[in-house]
Amino acid sequence: MTWRYARRYAPLVTMPITVPAYGKEAAGRLASMADVTADDGALRRFLHGLPGVDAVGLEARAATLGTRSIKTTAKAYAIDLALSMIDLTTLEGADTPGKVRALCAKGIHPDPTDRGCPQVAAICVYPDMVATAKEALGGSGIHVASVATAFPAGRAALPVKLADTRDAVAAGADEIDMVIDRGAFLSGRYMDVFEEIKAVREACARPDGSAAHLKVIFETGELQTYDNVRRVSWLAMLAGADFIKTSTGKVAVNATPPVTLLMLEAVRDFHATTGVQVGVKPAGGIRTTKDALKYLVMVNETLGEPWLTADWFRFGASSLLNDLLMQRQKLSTGRYSGPDYVTVD
Amino acid sequence: MTFDYAPAPESRAVVDIAPSYGLFVDGEFVPAHDGKVFKTVSPSSEEVLSEVAQASAEDVDRAVKAARKAFEKWSALPGAERAKYLFRIARLVQERSRELAVLESLDNGKPIRESRDADLPLVAAHFFYYAGWADKLDHAGYGHNPRPLGVAGQVIPWNFPLLMLAWKIAPALATGNTVVLKPAETTPLSALFFADICRQAGLPKGVVNILTGDGSTGAALVAHPGVDKVAFTGSTEVGKAIARTVAGSDKKVTLELGGKAANIVFDDAPLDQAVEGIVNGIFFNQGQVCCAGSRLLVQESVAEELLDALKRRMRTLRVGDPLDKNTDIGAINSAEQLARITALAEAGEAEGAERWSPSCELPSAGYWFAPTLFTGVTQAHRIAREEIFGPVLSVLTFRTPAEAVEKANNTPYGLSAGIWTEKGSRMLWMANKLRAGVIWSNTFNKFDPASPFGGYQESGFGREGGRHGLEAYLAPSSPEGAR
Amino acid sequence: MNTVDRLSVLKTYKLYVGGKFPRSESGRVYEVTDSKGTWLANAPLASRKDARDAVVAARKAFGGWSGATAYNRGQILYRVAEMLEGRRDQFVAEVAAAEGLSKAKATAQVDAAVDRWVWYAGWSDKVAQIAGGANPVAGPYFNLSAPEPTGVVAVVAPQDSSFLGLVSVIAPAVVTGNTVVVVAAEGAPLPALSLAEVLATSDLPGGVVNILSGRTAEIAAPLAAHQDVNALDLAGAGEELAKELEVAAADNLKRVLRPAPVNWSADPGTGRLMSFLETKTVWHPMGV
Repeated sequence: MTWRYARRYAPLVTMPITVPAYGKEAAGRLASMADVTADDGALRRFLHGLPGVDAVGLEARAATLGTRSIKTTAKAYAIDLALSMIDLTTLEGADTPGKVRALCAKGIHPDPTDRGCPQVAAICVYPDMVATAKEALGGSGIHVASVATAFPAGRAALPVKLADTRDAVAAGADEIDMVIDRGAFLSGRYMDVFEEIKAVREACARPDGSAAHLKVIFETGELQTYDNVRRVSWLAMLAGADFIKTSTGKVAVNATPPVTLLMLEAVRDFHATTGVQVGVKPAGGIRTTKDALKYLVMVNETLGEPWLTADWFRFGASSLLNDLLMQRQKLSTGRYSGPDYVTVD
Repeated sequence: MTFDYAPAPESRAVVDIAPSYGLFVDGEFVPAHDGKVFKTVSPSSEEVLSEVAQASAEDVDRAVKAARKAFEKWSALPGAERAKYLFRIARLVQERSRELAVLESLDNGKPIRESRDADLPLVAAHFFYYAGWADKLDHAGYGHNPRPLGVAGQVIPWNFPLLMLAWKIAPALATGNTVVLKPAETTPLSALFFADICRQAGLPKGVVNILTGDGSTGAALVAHPGVDKVAFTGSTEVGKAIARTVAGSDKKVTLELGGKAANIVFDDAPLDQAVEGIVNGIFFNQGQVCCAGSRLLVQESVAEELLDALKRRMRTLRVGDPLDKNTDIGAINSAEQLARITALAEAGEAEGAERWSPSCELPSAGYWFAPTLFTGVTQAHRIAREEIFGPVLSVLTFRTPAEAVEKANNTPYGLSAGIWTEKGSRMLWMANKLRAGVIWSNTFNKFDPASPFGGYQESGFGREGGRHGLEAYLAPSSPEGAR
Repeated sequence: MNTVDRLSVLKTYKLYVGGKFPRSESGRVYEVTDSKGTWLANAPLASRKDARDAVVAARKAFGGWSGATAYNRGQILYRVAEMLEGRRDQFVAEVAAAEGLSKAKATAQVDAAVDRWVWYAGWSDKVAQIAGGANPVAGPYFNLSAPEPTGVVAVVAPQDSSFLGLVSVIAPAVVTGNTVVVVAAEGAPLPALSLAEVLATSDLPGGVVNILSGRTAEIAAPLAAHQDVNALDLAGAGEELAKELEVAAADNLKRVLRPAPVNWSADPGTGRLMSFLETKTVWHPMGV
């Protein structure tokens, strides 16, 4: 696995100084892996040479980490951390500027009664709502994330996907959440997926030389096997993803602890090989504080401290926020809160 | 700010330990014949938990007689009725599982996560499983109307006190035997609580008798002429002594003894899961497991990255208070065991193997040993041959599957082995060649009441669990009359 | 023309070790007589070194024999029965002399012995199906138990049944893949030594069955203490000797089948067949 590759690419990692995936130096690190992405055959051999994943063992490990008991001070810390990692999301056909503005207001002040409550990491919307969100968030520092590339199915021609992306970036998106072509991946056209991610990454560039950060959504519920999840994680990271993300939230199976654990392991291994730090975003289905804490425990015990920040770990969620707020109130007051004491947006 | 887990202790209030306990004989608690007692301490704090009776040869005699008397009616009971008693016990164990888990962690030192998620669920499951056999023995493959043997003398170890009790008592009662059981000297409490469960279940008096005591009590029980069946789990040394004691008698014997299992990792293994399996294999229950994967055999081509990953994983192990729900590694069961582990680890260093442990703070009171890895180990090292029975892993390498088999089998033991490979045909080839009673491939330390467990060679004989586990307690109606 | 009674050619009986017919390394023999005390032959008086050599031969043969397919083992054992049938008259004469039986009774013994070989031969590819099976564990695991041979089994052959009893203890051990070192009935070793000639001319690999004649106690003691022997069948050991041997066997925890009164003519059941097996249970996760 990576350590094997770590040895194979020894010159790279003798001193693996960490560089962020979105930083200038990352490109150089990826270039040194160019031989494995040189052509379809090389890429396939590389991805299929990754160690297999034993499903039962992976799920057992995730379940065991799920039994960690996070109490008192640790819980208070983790709740605030989780709050600060939320990509507060609305991705509905019925979205309106009013709805988006309300969500932005909530993102800035999640708990109106407690100004000490941390704000969320980003507001995640469709591309046509980016400008509205950007304006509503003003100088709060909260990012605007936009889904793109014919989200959620990704079934459109590449030029359409790229235009979708450029549009969102031009409207002020700080982050782009793209979907991969699952059909291409499942039919083994890895290079197509690789090239598409690279193209979208280029489309994230702004005229001033900076670029929106790129999150790559795998829709792991459609990829089905854990082996596929490990392969697609490496594929996306090799293509320059800043974040890898589980799901759109639009299919039956969204983020699960084992899938997320596996992606965390892939990020850990990629970092060990290239020194490039990549973020992880589980999305969909994470609704309770208890769930969120399990994910943070996985991050803590797989990647550790450097990833325990909104720069490198996000929750794609909507209803999670209110549960975190109620738990937060419980910790500060000692009594259980209720839904009428948090806001509905 | 770092994500430090705050203490999350399980409440001790759920268990009420009496200051002293007698012997459970013929349905009631009685003092030892000669009034002797000994203390049982919590290995994580050295706090005295209670005082229990030291059973003498007279007490053994009394208990065996009680069991003999109870045998007549118990064995004559329809299987379906015996089954219902066992189902009751299973349910009572489930109802009281939190209490028993806390008790087990207190008396044994094992993490509550394990007593809660492994020991207790398996205890209840074992009684459920054998309850169902009690009225189906005609179909078990041991002839028509197979008969119980009589009084079973059972001696169990301290590593899984209540689980080993379940492994012994459940099949014995299901098949119509009665029982005199001696728990280990350092972990007597859960067996005494089990006596209370027998009371709640309304089990006829004398069917289960519990004698606390030391090795001399066990020796007296094994040697007692009124015992028809001896079942022992513990060290190979004591197992051999028992085999000598019963030689020439009619006593049927089953022994579940030591091991020095090889956990074999090929270069095509699912490495992340292999690392978990190695950790679970040697650090589960502080490595105080007869089937522990105490010899890691790793293919040279993948050794370096596997060991890096293993060390990284070992750095996340949480050693400390057994009652903390986040503890991965608890206390060593006794000062004596700690001394043995320490001595063998020192021998490993003295013989030139390289020792490594993650930095971890050990509590000042109690018996503790940091998770430890030895690299550069060869077959000639003591730490590659002797059972350490502690959180100490010896790492050896191999080049070819044949070499792995040769090294794995190069031991007088033969209890368990692990294989990690994604290639099915290689897994099956290895499983076929390894001389061990339990083979875990792409997993380790899995137990189930339906799955037979037991060893080859000096790891003992007989099987516990599954249909096979019944055989130890039945006199098969073979026309030849043998066995 | 004077007719002279033809002088018969006597057989020199030898041990059977590793597929060969050595004399005892000790150079000793002992006199074997019929039930009336008439001299029949000098049999080798095997020593502890012969026992040691036999164990080495049995261990060497174990890998191949236990690794052979069950079908193959069954075929070979059936072949043994065919060879026995062909030598029926010889065995009838030897058994009659050894046990003082009438020809009819000896014939019944030999016929039963041949039939027993056939019976056991058929077990080779069935025993795993009755002794093993799938275990429905509470988790996503494929879990299977199967019997495997214990290894090298030292067999003290019955003293009271020189041929049927002998066959009844050898066949169940070897059919499952064990290899054996047999101590022939002390007072009636000739049928056992002749059986060796049958085994040598069937397709049984050398070392699978090794046969020693001599003083039971003298040969059995080193076998019981031998660290490379895995099991003991004490069918032909007296009470006191059996206890001594069982004590010695404890040193490496040999599996011990204690002596018990047996009617060798009765249906043997599966008890002996199952006595020298180890259950191996294999777990493997099921997941995609």
